[in-house]
Amino acid sequence: MRSFLLNRFAQSLVLLLIVSIIGFVVLNLIPGGPLAQFGLDASMTQDDLKRLAEQLGLNRPLWVQYLDWAWRLLTGDWGHSFRDGAPVLEVIGRHLMATLLLMGSSTVIAIAIGTWIGVRGAVKRYSVFDYVATVGAMVALSIPTFWFGLIGIYVFSLKLGWLPAGNMYTIGDESVLNYLHHLILPSVVLALVHVAIWSRYMRTATLDVINQEFIKTARAKGLSERHILMKHVIGNALLPMITLLGMQLPSVLTGALVTETVFTWPGMGRLFLDSLGYSDYPVVMGLLMFSAILVVVSNLAADIVVAIIDPRIRLS
Amino acid sequence: MTAIAANSPRERWWNSRTAHRFMKHHLALIGMVMIALLTLACVLGPHVLPYDSLYIDLRARFAPPLTGQHYLGTDPLGRDLAARLFMAGRISLLVGFSAMLLSTLIGTLVGVVAGYRGGLIGTVLMRGVDGFLSFPSIFLVLALAAALKPSPIMITVVIAATSWMEVARIVEAEVRSLREREFVLAGRMLGLSATHIMFREILPNAIGPIIVAATLTVARAILMEAYISFLGYGIQPPLPSWGNMLNGAQQYLGTAPWLAIIPGAAITIAVTSFNFIGDGLRDAFDVRGDHS
Repeated sequence: MRSFLLNRFAQSLVLLLIVSIIGFVVLNLIPGGPLAQFGLDASMTQDDLKRLAEQLGLNRPLWVQYLDWAWRLLTGDWGHSFRDGAPVLEVIGRHLMATLLLMGSSTVIAIAIGTWIGVRGAVKRYSVFDYVATVGAMVALSIPTFWFGLIGIYVFSLKLGWLPAGNMYTIGDESVLNYLHHLILPSVVLALVHVAIWSRYMRTATLDVINQEFIKTARAKGLSERHILMKHVIGNALLPMITLLGMQLPSVLTGALVTETVFTWPGMGRLFLDSLGYSDYPVVMGLLMFSAILVVVSNLAADIVVAIIDPRIRLS
Repeated sequence: MTAIAANSPRERWWNSRTAHRFMKHHLALIGMVMIALLTLACVLGPHVLPYDSLYIDLRARFAPPLTGQHYLGTDPLGRDLAARLFMAGRISLLVGFSAMLLSTLIGTLVGVVAGYRGGLIGTVLMRGVDGFLSFPSIFLVLALAAALKPSPIMITVVIAATSWMEVARIVEAEVRSLREREFVLAGRMLGLSATHIMFREILPNAIGPIIVAATLTVARAILMEAYISFLGYGIQPPLPSWGNMLNGAQQYLGTAPWLAIIPGAAITIAVTSFNFIGDGLRDAFDVRGDHS
């Protein structure tokens, strides 16, 4: 197991390096680069801009700038927001919890519902339920998340008035119940696509496990179908799910950005859009790098967890 | 011998087993019909409909669908929604399709080179692909779209820049397995250049997965264009696209919900059709039998 983990760790380091290079390229693609904020200020003359460029070190060769930037990323100096001057990491930190809450709850919903649908569809292969579930999953994958959100708002907020149309909580009411009330619609909307993905995955995984020899043995031993399903089939199908969770993270973040926009949820996605609108490039770049680093670290963590749990890897 | 060769018909691709397997896939056929109808509607619709998509008629603002002469209703400026929908469809479908072409080209190139060369080049290329995949696609697309001019061509390029990775992965895996086959070894014995082997021998045999990946890429590209246009960084008004129609419809959600429902339904139909077709193609090309 140790060689596996070391190998995996080294791979993640290489990945982080590549991610930082891509980020640096994107940073310099923005017209005007780090000087973009000053472009709109009419009182700045060309000389002022030149002096600023020298101050910020923009005259140095590109690879020197890259090393400087990468070093600052490593040591925690991610720059300061153009809007309020706060350190970028602090700004991100303020919005991180909201996004994690949204992503977490929607993932729980997606796994719960998706697993149920997928397993049921596999056990009753080719039944009406299975057919509807398969077609439904493909349609659900095709529905734009923001459209589903708008329809959700229209039905549940405007017409029925059951659920609030946005924000994390109603001002003045800090109770947990209020938070939950506001969480329902965005989580369900974000979960839709992933319910589809999980149900398709669980169906395939369950089918793979059910056809294996040890299930026949379990049946021959006289264990009930339900027992077999719960303990053996689902347990084995769940293991690759941890890896899949890690691989889904970029798409969950994408969905979260759109969902946060529709529901004015104060998370990282909305921060990204707001900062883009204000041309607050340090925050934009910070969020870009943060999300990529989060993805790499999460995938590494998922692989480590699998290595610990899966006896095949642990004992190799 | 020659009599047999002269009498047996050459197998055309539309008679092949793959095509027959595709025809049995009901959902895929439905998808093809839907896409054909949608494309026809978008190309011919604006010519056939009585109203021009740009004609502003302030007396008929906010007309709901199926009332009066506007089949799908009108928007806040009194423009016919059906006409606008089809004009927008032209742009959305064109951007999606072009992004697919570009990303398939880039992805196939990277995948073939990485898969055939292997070794250091292959590893570096595939690690690069993994690096790109670590960024949530919309973050990358938005950052690039905000950095560059928002013309439809730039939007296409930006969407392609975030879609080629999946194609590259699939192609690389396929080429890696094909590399070990005898006909490649025979080619090397014959002294064929690496380029010839890569593109004239291996690539034609890897077409199946490439086509499947390309179809699913169109679906993703249409969706991505809708996302960034909705957020305001894609196709800019007055150029209509399904995404920015939804953006404009947001503020009238309570009073004129059809403005939001109809373009979204169009996007869903288009993307679903391509997903059905891609699924059918995947099953058709899969020689290993029952995988459901």
